[in-house]
Amino acid sequence: MTTTTPTTTPTTGTPTGTVETTYREALREGLRDALRGDDRVFLMGEDVGSYGGCFGVSLGLLEEFGPERVRDTPLSESAFVGAGIGAAVAGMRPVVEVMTVNFSLLALDQIMNNAATLLHMSGGQFAVPLVIRMTTGGGRQLAAQHSHSLEGWYAHIPGLKVVAPATLEDARGMLAAALADPDPVLLFEHGSLYNTKGTLPAEPAPVDIAHAAVRRSGTDVTVLAYGGMLPRALAAADDLASAGISAEVVDLRVLRPLDEAAVLASVRRTHRAVVVDEGWRSGSLAAEVAARIAEQAFYDLDAPVARVCTAEVPLPYAHQLEDAALPSAETIAAAARSCFGGGHG
Amino acid sequence: MSARRASRTSRTDPAAEHRRDLLRTMVLIRRFEETCAELYSAGRIRGFLHLYVGEEAVATGVMSALEPDETVVTTYREHGHALAKGVTAEPLMAEMFGKVTGCSRGRGGSMHVFDRDTHFLGGNAVVAGGIPLAVGVALADRMQGRDRVTACFFGDGAFAEGELHESLNLAALWRLPVLLCCENNLYAMGTALVKEHAQTDLALRASSYGVRSWAVDGMDVLAVEEAARRAVDEIRGGAGPHFLELRTYRFRAHSMYDADRYRDKAEIERWKERDPIDALAARLDADGVLGEAARSAIEADVAAELERAVAAAAEAPEEPVSDLLRFVHSEEPA
Repeated sequence: MTTTTPTTTPTTGTPTGTVETTYREALREGLRDALRGDDRVFLMGEDVGSYGGCFGVSLGLLEEFGPERVRDTPLSESAFVGAGIGAAVAGMRPVVEVMTVNFSLLALDQIMNNAATLLHMSGGQFAVPLVIRMTTGGGRQLAAQHSHSLEGWYAHIPGLKVVAPATLEDARGMLAAALADPDPVLLFEHGSLYNTKGTLPAEPAPVDIAHAAVRRSGTDVTVLAYGGMLPRALAAADDLASAGISAEVVDLRVLRPLDEAAVLASVRRTHRAVVVDEGWRSGSLAAEVAARIAEQAFYDLDAPVARVCTAEVPLPYAHQLEDAALPSAETIAAAARSCFGGGHG
Repeated sequence: MSARRASRTSRTDPAAEHRRDLLRTMVLIRRFEETCAELYSAGRIRGFLHLYVGEEAVATGVMSALEPDETVVTTYREHGHALAKGVTAEPLMAEMFGKVTGCSRGRGGSMHVFDRDTHFLGGNAVVAGGIPLAVGVALADRMQGRDRVTACFFGDGAFAEGELHESLNLAALWRLPVLLCCENNLYAMGTALVKEHAQTDLALRASSYGVRSWAVDGMDVLAVEEAARRAVDEIRGGAGPHFLELRTYRFRAHSMYDADRYRDKAEIERWKERDPIDALAARLDADGVLGEAARSAIEADVAAELERAVAAAAEAPEEPVSDLLRFVHSEEPA
């Protein structure tokens, strides 16, 4: 095969130096850049090659880079994630794709007991410069073994960095930042975002994996979200604006380590906080964010911290049940409005 | 060293010299661990302590077939592997003491010995958990054009874990240069092989993945070495992964906490009659290349080395508590 087939890169140039693209294509361009830019980078996982990736992210990369560097694996999550760790220790820069976060539990031993611990346990001798990509999140009627949001579990683990691109810029740029990191980074792609359309600069600027980002400025309440919940938080902010409430929307972007300074700075400006998390409420990342706000910005608050999380149920198939389980723009807006009532102000 | 003055007739005989070196390595491992057991009983080292006593021929024979820059991944019963790979007694003992001079700066302890200089990628305490890492190192070597073999050690208990089977398949599928060494000591902690596996011929099972496999007398260091050399030569020649079932036995309990209720004392005594150190010494004696004086010299040399290691470990500083959070993330770009 020849390189770069136009059918697999349907981005089109415009006179203004931007390209129309999707979240999926932006991720693919990030992978393509990484594979072109560094011989040590290779992609490995189930169906990343001939199939083009379970969600089509790596379509065309096998043809461009060949089977050594775009490597289909058996359905052996533990072995190929562990092999990624070993290859990283031995000088490569592997990008391992696991189909979904639910399946990543089959590799949890390798992620938790090896990737996250080797550097520390070896007294600093063996770093693991590995990136693991996987899909997370619900909203696609895929029921209880494909839809969960377990990234908060990984954000519990010292030694890992956990990132969640919610925008096209981050889908395009976070992989490069993750590969530049000397330690393991888990990158969570939200399944409901793959078809998100938009434009990017033809030569996008690099992004970091250290900071949260204010996606919409506001003065009355801070809505904290990430990944697939960001569009819903922004929609809620639109709704709130029409009711005269100015919501600031902060995209956490990096779930571990949390950009605590950015969270606290926003809350100190608005004095109200709503934490949105597609994970379940009990023991959630939302609980961690809310606790940090309570610990460090308690006296800046005009209302108790509110949380909007997924109902504590394995996600069901039926659309109305799944929709009812997940946070929505409506439930996020309602939680924000609740920060202005009830005699707390 | 004094052992090398053993015999006037063999002083210039490299084969005899090599076999005496194998003996010294096994003696070093045995005495190191006996010292650890004493220190443990005296409360000077803590944590879990899994001794390799009886199995020394396995690590010693396999390491002898590897080059210094070839990686070893192993289990929590790894003092013997570390010493045979070239980790010296001093940092290893310091690790037992949890000191900053330990090979893992006191963060790993007995179960997690790491040493970059000797390409020793640890002590993994999850049964079978290290095997995928070895497959990955072998993959990296192949992708980067390095002609190296990675060796991985695990016990018979690993055969009940999915990670072993996934790794056997992956290594065979990609024909990776990895030597899989199964130390079959007949017990997964306290569960006998026959109670855990319907098919107890482990080499046969490994061969079902398309991995060339055979069983070896793990109490005979020369047999282990010969098998490992043969396997390593084949792997270097591009034949893909090889599997050795090394039939051995641990003379002591699983760990210092184990009352060893599950083994027949007569069985233990029968295996002790096949002590790998005594067996090699007897062969060297019979060949006229050891002798009582040389054996004593080896023992004295090892004892002095261990005495120095214990003294150094005892005197070494502890890592300051202010360094607790170091090495969670890299301190400089990899």
